[in-house]
Order: sequence, then C-alpha cells, then structure tokens
Amino acid sequence: MTLPPTPSQTIGPFFAVGLPWPDGPDVVPEGTLGAIRIGGRVLDGAGDPVPDALVETWQADPQGRFAHPDDPRGPADPGFRGFGRCPTDAEGRWAVRTVKPGPLPAPGGGVEAPHLNVSVFARGLLGRLVTRVYFPDEPGANAADPLLGSIPDPAVRARLVAVADGDRLRFDIHLQGDQETPFLAI
Amino acid sequence: MSETLKGQAGSGLVVPPYPPEAPGTHPPLDYPDYRSTRLRFPRRPLVALPQRLGEVTGPLLGEGRVGQRDHDLTVQHPGEPLGERIVVEGRVLDGAGRPVGGTLVEVWQANAGGRYRHDGDQHPAPLDPNFSGAGRCVTDAEGRFRFVTVKPGAYPWGNHHNAWRPAHIHFSVFGRAFVQRLITQMYFPGDPLFTFDPILSSVPQAARERLVSRLDMGLTTPEWALGYRWDIVLRGRDATPLEDGEDDG
Repeated sequence: MTLPPTPSQTIGPFFAVGLPWPDGPDVVPEGTLGAIRIGGRVLDGAGDPVPDALVETWQADPQGRFAHPDDPRGPADPGFRGFGRCPTDAEGRWAVRTVKPGPLPAPGGGVEAPHLNVSVFARGLLGRLVTRVYFPDEPGANAADPLLGSIPDPAVRARLVAVADGDRLRFDIHLQGDQETPFLAI
Repeated sequence: MSETLKGQAGSGLVVPPYPPEAPGTHPPLDYPDYRSTRLRFPRRPLVALPQRLGEVTGPLLGEGRVGQRDHDLTVQHPGEPLGERIVVEGRVLDGAGRPVGGTLVEVWQANAGGRYRHDGDQHPAPLDPNFSGAGRCVTDAEGRFRFVTVKPGAYPWGNHHNAWRPAHIHFSVFGRAFVQRLITQMYFPGDPLFTFDPILSSVPQAARERLVSRLDMGLTTPEWALGYRWDIVLRGRDATPLEDGEDDG
C-alpha cells in the first residue's frame, strides 16, 4: 500500500501560541561540561531580520551517537535529547545551548565532520528549509566531509561553517540574497 | 578521524532509507501569490544531502512533554470557550500505510472569532478568556491522535485586498526521522474561501484535498460535538534497509 504524503504549509506568523517550549533552546542543561552556545540571526533577502522564524536542531552526542533506536551502533549518552528549538526574537536572533557532536561514519568508509542538522520554518516559507552547522575548529574533518566536498565554491561552502565569536559560535541564516545560506534537499 | 568510525562504515551499519516524495506533493517555495514568500524563498538550487544517520534518526519526544489534558483545548481555563465544539481525530501514518506511534503532535489555532492569542494578531475580533488555542498529544500505537477544541473562525490578513484565510488548524508532527518532520494546516470541508486562499492554493491541485478534513458522523458525538477526521501521511520508509557503504548516495 502506498499513501500519498500530506503536503506542507507555512508555519505562519502565530506559531508562538503553541510551539515554543521553555526548555526548547536547551539541547543540554545549563552547567553541562563542554556546553557551547550556537546561534545567530535569520535574515531575509533584503537583509532584514526575520522575527517570526522557528529554528530547530538535531545532532549526535559527543561520541557521535543518536538518541534513537535506528542508530544501529548503540545508545547515545543517557538523557541526551539531541534536539533544540528556538523561535527568533524581534531582531531575528536564535540560539541553542548544546555540546559539540562527534563525527559520524559516512558512505565508502568516509567520515562526516561534526555538525548540527537545522530546520528553518517561517511565515513566508511554504515548506521547511534544511541546512547544517559545521564547526570552525575542525578544518581537517570539514575538508574530508562529503557534503561540504560536494559544494564546489569555497565561499559558498564556508557559509555552512559557524564563526567563532568569543565563547559562542555564530551561524547566521540568510534565506535569500548575496550571502544566501546553502539549503539542502533531503 | 577515528579508526573505529572508519571500521564501522560499510561493516554492518544499516540505515533505513526514506525515498523521495513524488513531485506534486508540496508547494513551491517561490509562490508570488503569497506575498511573504518574496524575500524569503531561497533562489539558489538546493544541495543534495544523501540520507545518513542524522537524517534517518530524529527527535523522539513523547510522554514527558504532554500533560493529561493537553489534547483538550476546551478545559484549559475556568470556563468553556465560545464557539462550535469539535473533535478532531486521525492517524499519523507513513507512506507505506504503517502507523507512526509515539510521535508528538502539536496544534495551534485561532479562536471561534478568528483571533489568535498573539500580540501580532491585529484582527479586531474578541479574544476569548477561556481559549488559548494550543494543544499537544502523543500518538498511540496505532498512530492515533485526538483533540477536543472549538472550530476556528476565518480571519482577514494583509496579503491582498480583502484577503481572508479559510478556517484551519496548524499541525506540527515529528515522525521518527529528521526527514519526516512536517508542519502543515488542516482545513474544514466545503469552505467557500478555499479558492481565494493563496496558502492552500500553493499546494499542487491534486494534493490539496489531502489537507481537508472530513465530517465524520461516527466521530460526531450526539448532543455534544461535531467530529472531523484527518489523517497525516509522512514520508514513507522503505521496507528493506540499505547497508551504508554499499551506496554512494
């Protein structure tokens, strides 16, 4: 039996009625060893902040394991949620508190560099956008990453790598424009 | 990189694949009739991301997040909300027809007068002190969800002159994998506003009816509430997993 899939619709401007969670941005609890803040701004094609976007993240634990039974290599750290959710504020800012994930096995014996999968929803987006955040202190792993390697233009590729900003990592999401973030087809 | 990881790839790492959805399912991101898309849709082609561990897994957020009465939007305040009381029930299924159990379903909606409890909603319709408009539940083993609420009202918006949204309830569903995540809207049968609404009309015509619930007299409760039934079908998972390392993506 094959059922036709349900189409996507925009999240609209009023999702704050139901979707934000008090602990949404806490992929890991405050005080977790090695916790970092990753965030930035969501900007539109005119460079203006997008104050009604929802950013979600999904990632492995520091050993590269997922809190999910379909990870065939065994369980993640007990209690590791792996998921973050943050609505943007009036300035388009979002942020999550997390830990750096481990690398992941990839096809052909390769390795995926540590990264976060990211979903972006907003008023004006009729479907989800998907992108990734890679880490600036992993130049070797990033150079060997299959997805990054599939993007020929180094300037475009670099937009998937967060920027160190004091004790935080900054990752701006440009929906459109000269600095448009590479979005992914899954 | 670690030798352990290298050793694991291609030596028994099994990743269940989720085939692409048929063209004609989802709306295009570039859809000028919905004005807010103009500065927000990406203009560069999407980069292909082969499915690996991070795509076939996803957040499994269940019971701990949902209170016993969170599925009933009519009991969250001291009094009952105004409006037409309804029951909305359905199943979350995958493309192969299998139930997706244990998955979080979140909903939000306007009140019966067409007003959201949100600072940004300027529609001069009254707020209802007995209605917040948010609910959540976790599907059972058969993939079933059930909400009790009031039918949301239509409301005007600024997209074009005399623009009105048909009555709808927003749905957010996780499924079991990052690739299955879906946010969408459920509509009510026979709404005369359908043809004027660019958001529903953005969906390819043949797929539009999948967003419209149906009145179900079996679900309708005598002397109490009308019942609307609506199933959500997430991207399907292939029956046969493929072994990582045998596929170049």
